Amino acid sequence: MTADTATKARTPRRTGRVRTPLLYAIASVALLVMAAPFLWMALSAFKTKQDLTASPPVWIPSRWTLDNFTALLDQLDMPQYFLNSLIVAVLVTVSNLLFCSMLGYALAKLDFTGRSKVFAIVLAALMVPGNLMILPLYVLMNGLGLIDTYAGLVLPFAAGAFGVFLMRQFMLSVPDELLEAARLDGAGEWYIFWRIVIPLVKPALATLTIFTFLGSWNNFIWPLIATNDPDKYTLPVALATFANDPNRTVGGGNGMLMAGSLLVVLPVLAVFIVLQRHFTQGIATAGLK
Amino acid sequence: MSLTTGPAVPQAAVDKSPDSAGNSGRARRGRRSLSKHNLTGWLFSTPFLVLFGVFMLFPIVATLLMSFTDFGARNVTRPLEAEFVGLDNYTQLFQDDKFLKALFNTAYFVVVGVPATIVLGLLAAILLNNGIDRARTLFRVGFYAPVVTTIVAVAVVWRFVLDPSDGLIASLASEVGLTAPDFLGSETWAMPSLITMAVWRNLGTVMVLCIAGLQAIPAEVREAARLDGAGAWQELRGITVPLLRPTLLYATVITTIGYLNVFEEPFVMTQGGPSDSTLTVSLDMYREGFNFFHMGYASAMAYVLFVVIMGITVLQLRLLKDNTR
Repeated sequence: MTADTATKARTPRRTGRVRTPLLYAIASVALLVMAAPFLWMALSAFKTKQDLTASPPVWIPSRWTLDNFTALLDQLDMPQYFLNSLIVAVLVTVSNLLFCSMLGYALAKLDFTGRSKVFAIVLAALMVPGNLMILPLYVLMNGLGLIDTYAGLVLPFAAGAFGVFLMRQFMLSVPDELLEAARLDGAGEWYIFWRIVIPLVKPALATLTIFTFLGSWNNFIWPLIATNDPDKYTLPVALATFANDPNRTVGGGNGMLMAGSLLVVLPVLAVFIVLQRHFTQGIATAGLK
Repeated sequence: MSLTTGPAVPQAAVDKSPDSAGNSGRARRGRRSLSKHNLTGWLFSTPFLVLFGVFMLFPIVATLLMSFTDFGARNVTRPLEAEFVGLDNYTQLFQDDKFLKALFNTAYFVVVGVPATIVLGLLAAILLNNGIDRARTLFRVGFYAPVVTTIVAVAVVWRFVLDPSDGLIASLASEVGLTAPDFLGSETWAMPSLITMAVWRNLGTVMVLCIAGLQAIPAEVREAARLDGAGAWQELRGITVPLLRPTLLYATVITTIGYLNVFEEPFVMTQGGPSDSTLTVSLDMYREGFNFFHMGYASAMAYVLFVVIMGITVLQLRLLKDNTR
């Protein structure tokens, strides 16, 4: 009996010892492949023109320089684009948090006639490809005079079906007894929603915040369509315009492009690294249903 | 109705009565709470439904209507003056070689890209979940980072990676005496290049989903299999994949929908070229709509794509669900 358990315990440990270094080796190579483009971008942003055009390419700058960043800030109104991206992302996120949790609450905790139909609409909306709507959306926004405005950039994304779905799933786990107790004490539905339910679903709100903020920050096709005035460009649109500009000088221009890309990616990557636990958990929750 | 609109105090008083009377039956309580929450439920739903109606439902219906009209450059600012042309846009679409090519290219993207993304995402999940204890965050962030990165920045870097003269792959190839093809400039290589980029960009999503799924599999199940002498391959086929089936189904469906819609990769990397070899349906639609203002025609394209996506999604859900039985 004791001998038996001893071998049982030893076998997995021994195979583990043999396999682990190999697994780390495979994982490290894969990580390097996945990260190589980022590393190249980050390093190139600090290269001189000579290093950028060197053949064969050099990975580590022979001389580190900030010239690419200063040239970029000189030629492009990066603070303005940054501000545009930030304003749009914040507005989109705040409105999604509010409206999606409101509907999520209604779907999870309020019994009302037509509830199942509303939920069916939300589920159907999850499946509709975004590209289906951009043509009439453009015509609509053009008709409303909202092209080149923050409203035009924000409104189509102000309330997403995914957010409703996510909030509903989380709110289902809030115990009904808690809400009933509050109702017995005379609390109104808005008070219950705002003071009881919302504090209990903070992890879901964190997930939705990251999803929505990143989604908006990285959104490309709609800002591309909905802006003509460079003053209203978001970072990705400005960067794409600059990347496709034939007047961009070859060597130094590429360095500026790498510097610009780094400036767009860095805030997002920082936010993601800090909050990745919520983020990955959110995806997992949405996937498992 | 009057109860819900009234002040909070009498409402609470009404609430109290059925409860203090004890459990007076589920059905009756359900009906009571239904009427009690009717107005509140709709009030909480309204903001979303208004935004949904104006910015989603209206465009979906409008796209359908537009697809039966000649709405375009001639009347772009006066949509109501567009003329009804019946199914003309649709019949024209299926005689349009460019669109058929876009349809083929999109299918190519899905048929190669989806399995590659799912398999590599699953392998990454197994690797990081079972073999890696230290620096776990580093590995996960590294594999997931491409997902959260702006496509434009990704494109900037990948253009360099694929550049035929001094790009990363080209210089690595020349070190070992090989010549790399002009990836983005070649009709044969452009599409595989974009698919590789998309797989690189999206496998992190599949990985995260699979890690969550793997962690839900009890460790005893695995250990039992190992004690019975199952090898890594048998464990994968006999335990991991069957138990992950719901996760893999979800991942397959969302990846397929995403790849059927593929727009950003060809838009930022190749603009559909060379010779339309990377023209996808979404890109074709964008061009017809916004470059040529053939709004009606582009709308028909959007609907063909929509129907294809719905059809394939339903088919996938049905096929994969049947397999689990």
